[in-house]
Amino acid sequence: MIESVLLWLFAATALAAAALMLVLRHPMRVALALTATMISLAGIYALLGVHVIAVFQVLIYVGAVMVFMVYAIMLLDVRDRSFTRRYSRMLVPGVAAAVAFVAILAHALWRGLPEAKSAPGVMLFGLKEFSVTFLNEYWLHFELVSVLLVAAVVAALAVIEVGRKHRG
Amino acid sequence: MLIATSIALFALGLLGVIVRRNVLVMLMCMELMLNGVNLSLVTFAQQQATAAGAVLVLLVFVVAAAEIAIAIPIVLLLVRRKDGLDLDAYAELKG
Repeated sequence: MIESVLLWLFAATALAAAALMLVLRHPMRVALALTATMISLAGIYALLGVHVIAVFQVLIYVGAVMVFMVYAIMLLDVRDRSFTRRYSRMLVPGVAAAVAFVAILAHALWRGLPEAKSAPGVMLFGLKEFSVTFLNEYWLHFELVSVLLVAAVVAALAVIEVGRKHRG
Repeated sequence: MLIATSIALFALGLLGVIVRRNVLVMLMCMELMLNGVNLSLVTFAQQQATAAGAVLVLLVFVVAAAEIAIAIPIVLLLVRRKDGLDLDAYAELKG
């Protein structure tokens, strides 16, 4: 009972913060709204019983990605036209596209989802099962992702180097 | 209910990417889209009682971290060249 109420509460918080992201003016407030969404999602994951993902959501998203984002916002405290005019020319087509997208997905949802095999909150796989599955069956993906990370680091350094050369 | 939430999160993120002018806000809306997809993956993994969905979510985390590590330096350089975060200033990036 209490789990169900908390699940609704976290989902409502996530949606409200996500909607707030579209109307707030300053990027820092948008970042805080996004952090609220991510923490609510971590709460949903924990309530569902997928504790591994909840921990990683807080560690990676809130701890790394959003801190990096906030750092970039503080570094680039530029006040230009994007502060006085929040929305681009694509406002009406964008809203139309989003409404059409939601309509299509809701139609697909209406036609039926696979049957749920377990109730929310039941602990299905702990860290041990998760790790064994991860490194036994999906080791190739793990390696590919590490290659991707190395490529990202090299690319970030290359981008910075190009900028340095450009300034002389 | 959680699937509907994830659809709504993804749609709000898409709307934000299309509609907002500030480049940093657009990046954050892309993160919101990734989060919506993650929520649906976790929900399906939990309902079907397999760990595969959770593994995929972990890989998405890594991809999001890599994406932000690339995107922020690019935005920094663009801001240095154009002196602003406004999208219209970047119109010359059009192919």
